[in-house]
Amino acid sequence: MNKEQYLSIYYQMVLIRRLEEEAAQLYQQGKIGGFLHLYIGQEAVSTGLISARKPQDRVITAYRDHGVAINVGIPAKLVVAELLGKSTGMSKGKGGSMHMADVEKNFWGGHAVVGAHLPIAAGLALGDQYAGTDGVTVCMFGDGATNIGYFHEAVNLSKVWKLPVVWVCENNQYGMGTSVERASAVSEIRRKADGYNIPNELVNGMDVMEVHQAAERVLEQVRGGGGPYFLEITTYRFRGHSMGDPERYREQEEVKCWEKEDPIGIYRDHLIFQQKIGETELADLERKVMAEIKEAVEFAESSPEPAPEALYENIYVDETVGG
Amino acid sequence: MAKITMREAISQALWEEMERDEKVFILGEEVGVWGGTYAVTKGFYDHFGEKRVKDTPIAEAAIMGAAIGSAMTGLRPVAEMMTINFAFSAFDHIVNEAAKLHYMFGGQFRVPLVVRAPGGGGRQLGATHSQTPDAIFAHFPGLKVVAPGTPEDAKGLLKSAIRSDDPVLFIEHATLYQVRGEVPEGDYTTPIGISKVQRPGKHVTLITYSKMLELSTKAADQLAQEGIEVEIVDLRSLRPLDMGPVIDSFKKTNRAVIVEEGWQSFGVGAEVAARIYEEAFDYADAPVKRVAQKEVPLPYNRTLEQMALPQVTDIVKAVKEVL
Repeated sequence: MNKEQYLSIYYQMVLIRRLEEEAAQLYQQGKIGGFLHLYIGQEAVSTGLISARKPQDRVITAYRDHGVAINVGIPAKLVVAELLGKSTGMSKGKGGSMHMADVEKNFWGGHAVVGAHLPIAAGLALGDQYAGTDGVTVCMFGDGATNIGYFHEAVNLSKVWKLPVVWVCENNQYGMGTSVERASAVSEIRRKADGYNIPNELVNGMDVMEVHQAAERVLEQVRGGGGPYFLEITTYRFRGHSMGDPERYREQEEVKCWEKEDPIGIYRDHLIFQQKIGETELADLERKVMAEIKEAVEFAESSPEPAPEALYENIYVDETVGG
Repeated sequence: MAKITMREAISQALWEEMERDEKVFILGEEVGVWGGTYAVTKGFYDHFGEKRVKDTPIAEAAIMGAAIGSAMTGLRPVAEMMTINFAFSAFDHIVNEAAKLHYMFGGQFRVPLVVRAPGGGGRQLGATHSQTPDAIFAHFPGLKVVAPGTPEDAKGLLKSAIRSDDPVLFIEHATLYQVRGEVPEGDYTTPIGISKVQRPGKHVTLITYSKMLELSTKAADQLAQEGIEVEIVDLRSLRPLDMGPVIDSFKKTNRAVIVEEGWQSFGVGAEVAARIYEEAFDYADAPVKRVAQKEVPLPYNRTLEQMALPQVTDIVKAVKEVL
């Protein structure tokens, strides 16, 4: 990686952090409706993965999707506009926080039903296999998703059909408020992949470089026709499951302990001490992030609401009589 | 015009569409080597090969997910549910994903897939394998639901479904596969969302579809001998629902009977009756009657099963009641 790439990763991680902090405020002001799941603490996972992919590689994730949206290159203003339900949002204000996507950037959503996007990811990978292209599908999901039937059906199918897919479990230790130990018969989640004879490994998700390097290697292995691969990436969400989380299931000491492993702090140190990048350069980037956030909020707030006609738009591609 | 069976009509539509478009492929349980549980895809595997005729594990969510994901990449999958009863195992993917992705992401995704699903009772398969849950699926905007009653419509509608850019549930009736009918030579399509007068008459409008078209025709033959001329309107599509020919006929006959195989409560008949009253209340000379399945899980015993299913005598009786 060159210096520009190192800095781009830093910029993205800080942008996600500040975007999520801003989103929390907008939510508290009543400007964002529905559910809001913040990615704070997990930035290194998505950033490490997506910085390693090639343009032909598809990305699909669950509902904690703002980080992925930023990493694939969607401008923050379009993300905030979607959060505010505006017509200028990624999904024209019809999807909201959990349904960000951008086909042009090979980002296939933002899916809100736990585990349901895993079989869809198998289908995306099938699309590339069928067409004979060399794209790989990166499918991200939480630890909670590994307990639902969809996970097992999709992962099994991927091996039977040797699909070009990387299954990425973001193990943030809790499915909502239920810890991995209380919900999964196997607490080392990657071992579930053994049941389907899929190679797997554990990655430290607080270290973006470690995630990036693992993803780069694994993507090439899958691209070469090696069939599916499974990554369990250990991480932690510093905030609650969603904005309405009373957090009765974990101690503040535990959160504080993980906060010492802040992925942005770890990467910042890496840039300063290993890559010899000056703190002033990083401070410049941080200011640029704040400017982009400010612009994003202004853009979103001044964007128009969807027109009433939008209610009936895009139900079908081919509109026919009746209904 | 050639006289062929419903099975041959469906098979021909699939075969011709696969010959016409490389992007069309089949996936499902036993569709390949076995040749299809109902022999609809017999010979396909040998001709088209395993890339385009894909046997799957018994995993309906994976089948539907793979269909959805590959459709999103531009392929045109035809997924077979061995029976519509098993579609419940993929319910989330059919109604919560396929039906919503185009809308929820502001038109970014297209899901041009077909789900073929045979259903219906009368074969002593017991309560879990004999259902007619058509109305449930027709409840969801974003999904198209078609259920042909003749070989001609089956072939034409399946071709339209495969060429449609929207997800289509194509409901077959397992006891209609051997029914013969005239089918036009060459390539033709039948539009989705258009009802059809299958038999002209002037005394009573009989609204029906799928298997119940056969029973309604028998009832109409009997009634004709008594001088009662029944006009049969075949809905063919449940969503979009084309009420035009129904209302036109009702304004002429002023009397209507709706015949469906599924349960009466919250069913197709309930919807059609409500729309008749909403759109043509002043034309009614008698209350609209419904003929439907008794409100019981279908029993195995042949006599009991037939008691629960609508019979020709029930239709004849209902017609006489509205006269």
